[in-house]
Amino acid sequence: MLNGGKAVLSASAVLALSGAGGALSHAYASSGDASQDVAILNVALALEHEAIGAYQLGAESGLLAKDVLGVAVQFQSHHKAHRDALADAIRAMGGDAVDAKDLSEYASALNAASLSSQTDVLKLAARLELGAANAYLGVIPSFQSQDLAQVSARLAADETMHWTALSSVLGAPLPKNALTFGA
Amino acid sequence: MFNRGNIHLWLIGGASFFGFGFVKLATKPVEAAIAQSDSQENSAVVIDIAEAEKLYLRRCGACHSLDAHRIGPRHRGVVGREAGSLADYEYSPALRNAEFVWNEQQLDQWLSNPEALVPGQKMGFRISNGAERNAIIAYLRAQSE
Repeated sequence: MLNGGKAVLSASAVLALSGAGGALSHAYASSGDASQDVAILNVALALEHEAIGAYQLGAESGLLAKDVLGVAVQFQSHHKAHRDALADAIRAMGGDAVDAKDLSEYASALNAASLSSQTDVLKLAARLELGAANAYLGVIPSFQSQDLAQVSARLAADETMHWTALSSVLGAPLPKNALTFGA
Repeated sequence: MFNRGNIHLWLIGGASFFGFGFVKLATKPVEAAIAQSDSQENSAVVIDIAEAEKLYLRRCGACHSLDAHRIGPRHRGVVGREAGSLADYEYSPALRNAEFVWNEQQLDQWLSNPEALVPGQKMGFRISNGAERNAIIAYLRAQSE
């Protein structure tokens, strides 16, 4: 919870992000400033809202083949799980979880009107997933809580899995070099 | 000087910029995508803006676009813009109240550790790799010309 700028990250907040019965089933306490962690989590939540919207736009576009649509919906369900866990954690820490925007706002910001093929949709999804993977890695040093830093790495792994699958469908080459994620 | 879509930016180091030298812009094509020299006198850092754009999309594209507010504010024109000044984006109070203009040095500090530059802001994302920061800043500068 937030308490005069000092933080106690409750066990419930960590459990919200790690999943019930997950590995982080211990209580966690920090003397750091939780407000910055809450701010980072809210940015992540906004990112997840946008990802859910992007997959919704793709699903409603009529451009995806049935099997690809199934995978897109599956990935969207992952992002919904991320969203729910992040929102629960933010609230457990005493913060206010940011709301999703209207789908039309995501459509405008992502220029969804320009999507005219399944490849266009998948390229957009791959770009967002790659960005999300890097974003979750890039915020790790900023977390006061090491538990939240670990959760961020787990979220990055999910996004990387999505990007890898989408790249495979697109026939895009995998990185030739190691350590291309994060920096 | 800049030609969108096929831009090359040639940075020549020698004084004090990005911590290793000043910058000279040129349209001379380069072979290296992103190459960082040692920081010797008159050493050069060469940045291929086309590659820098790809890097920008990878590192910043989850939250930012050039021309649309998304999770973060739009980026076109950021170099030379007063911090927290876009009226139609909801900045953190800390950034809204910041009193500086974005230049390359401020952006370098921001990307290194935004909380250190503007305590209370909301971006936790950091780029520890100086060459990547330089490339992204060069790209943002090119979009601000």
